[in-house]
Amino acid sequence: MSGDNGHGVAVRIEACGKTFADGTRALEPTTLDITAGEAVVLLGPSGCGKTTMLRIIAGLEQPDGGGRILFNGADVSQLPIERRNVGMVFQSYALFPNMSVADNIAYGLKVRGVARKERADRVAELVQLTNIAGLERRRIGQLSGGQRQRVALARAVAIRPSVLLLDEPLTALDAALRDRLRTELNKLLRALGITTIYVTHDQAEAMEISDRIVVMRKGAIAQVGTPRDIYFAPQSRFVAEFIGAANIIEAAIADGQLQLPGGTLPTVGSAPAAAAIAMVRPEAIQLVDAGTAALTGIVDSISFTGNRQRVSIGGAATQALIVDAPNTINVKVGERVGLAVPREAVRLLPREE
Amino acid sequence: MRGRLIFTGQLAFTLLVAAFLAVPAMLSMSAGVTVNYFRGLQSGVTLNWVYQVFDLYSEAIARSLLIASATLVVTLAVGVPAAYALSVRGGRLSRLVEEVITLPLALPGLAIALALLLTYGGFGSFRRSWLVILAGHVVFTLPFMVRSVMAVFATTDIATLDEGAASLGASPWRRFRDVIVPNARPGILAGSMMVFTLSLGEFNLTWMLHTPLTKTLPVGLADAYASMRLEIASAYTLIFFVMIIPLLLLMQLIADPEQRR
Repeated sequence: MSGDNGHGVAVRIEACGKTFADGTRALEPTTLDITAGEAVVLLGPSGCGKTTMLRIIAGLEQPDGGGRILFNGADVSQLPIERRNVGMVFQSYALFPNMSVADNIAYGLKVRGVARKERADRVAELVQLTNIAGLERRRIGQLSGGQRQRVALARAVAIRPSVLLLDEPLTALDAALRDRLRTELNKLLRALGITTIYVTHDQAEAMEISDRIVVMRKGAIAQVGTPRDIYFAPQSRFVAEFIGAANIIEAAIADGQLQLPGGTLPTVGSAPAAAAIAMVRPEAIQLVDAGTAALTGIVDSISFTGNRQRVSIGGAATQALIVDAPNTINVKVGERVGLAVPREAVRLLPREE
Repeated sequence: MRGRLIFTGQLAFTLLVAAFLAVPAMLSMSAGVTVNYFRGLQSGVTLNWVYQVFDLYSEAIARSLLIASATLVVTLAVGVPAAYALSVRGGRLSRLVEEVITLPLALPGLAIALALLLTYGGFGSFRRSWLVILAGHVVFTLPFMVRSVMAVFATTDIATLDEGAASLGASPWRRFRDVIVPNARPGILAGSMMVFTLSLGEFNLTWMLHTPLTKTLPVGLADAYASMRLEIASAYTLIFFVMIIPLLLLMQLIADPEQRR
């Protein structure tokens, strides 16, 4: 199998669905290709099927009939997890309380019959890499949450897996630690260059870690794309609202303009429609002089968050519009303001749901 | 002042309850070393009765130890893997199996014995050997082993530990040996303690299943009370206590550091 600087295998998920014994459909038949060395994040709210998909790739769940998992083109669907050579980090870490940190990290190598000396070398290398040198002899019960997370990661990559699978690896940590570890984890995954499949419900985590994001909803893929694609060009209202903050505007289109109570908004070339749905990110809206603007509204509320201020504008659209304005702009509640939005920032979404 | 009064009251009550339980046992044991129970301790103290018990019942005592050990071995070999399978698999079927295993707890020992006799009574050599008693004891004690191991599994999320070990390439047997059993130790020890002492003291089932040639310690005790002097039966009780109390203490000692960790 590949070494540390190899790229792991390409993974193909082919028509994999999952229906549990009680009849619940956790995953609709889904196909997804992941190239070797790619970091893909499965993102979605709880119950969207992301963990089920990960467990099918791992070999912890069997897909419904007709579904196949291929590693570098080879069908591994019939292999149990212990013969797939995957590295897995569990949400609860699943570290062995009866073993020391070093024994946990070396366990996969021991099972593979790697000699003691070589195991020790590998452990030494990995504790350096994951910043836990000096803790080798500790028991799992003596570690903090962050340290456990690192041990779990070191243990998973120790076996030089073909694919690294992470199931909400940062969810069990508190917010501050999570942000720090996220950046660290991202660096480490880039350095390792293994094919990585990462499950999370946290969109900030998904943006930072991934080459591609797979947004999932109700057991199916809603959209696949780079973080930029997903953020700037969501293909559905669900994706637009799930990733970042979004103003959803329902209005009629005439003359290439959205017709709103407070004026008009330009849209990218589109046929007239009686009722369209458009999405505008809060930071794409600029506050301008009310006298010359095509769209105006009244400031409802302002919340100052330090690096910016979030202004809620009433009267412009049928619902309040959220604007992320620079923290230097001076506006007051009750003031009439103009709103300027570049044409390409107004994204039309299909009507559905 | 009031707190002190309440404390004194509680202490007195506790001591009273303890005495209520302990005094009969002490009386019985002291009777076992009294020359003549009806004349009391002033008749003198003797170990004669204890020697007589050994003469009459040493075989029953040895058989009981053998059966208790064999019961322990069988419940360990069957119960621990069963608890592992039930915990990891989960679902409705597992709960059903668990209920079936636990069923003997709800049935009188006599009923279990009768069922065993009805089913296996025809196999003459099996019926006549101590193995039929072993079978009864295993049926009776297995739920204690399975339950106490499963209780530990429930607090350690054994299914995820198992998956963790599997993801690292360990076969089911390897996982069982390296991860499952070591993490189930407190439950295994507690279960072993229960199984061994329950088997050693089991009377209901055994009384139905034994033959004159396969008496066990408690059956011998009943026999002694029925047909011997009261002093002999009392000496028998004394021996029983002397055997079982160190066992209980020892197992408690082994189990304790695990729980404190």
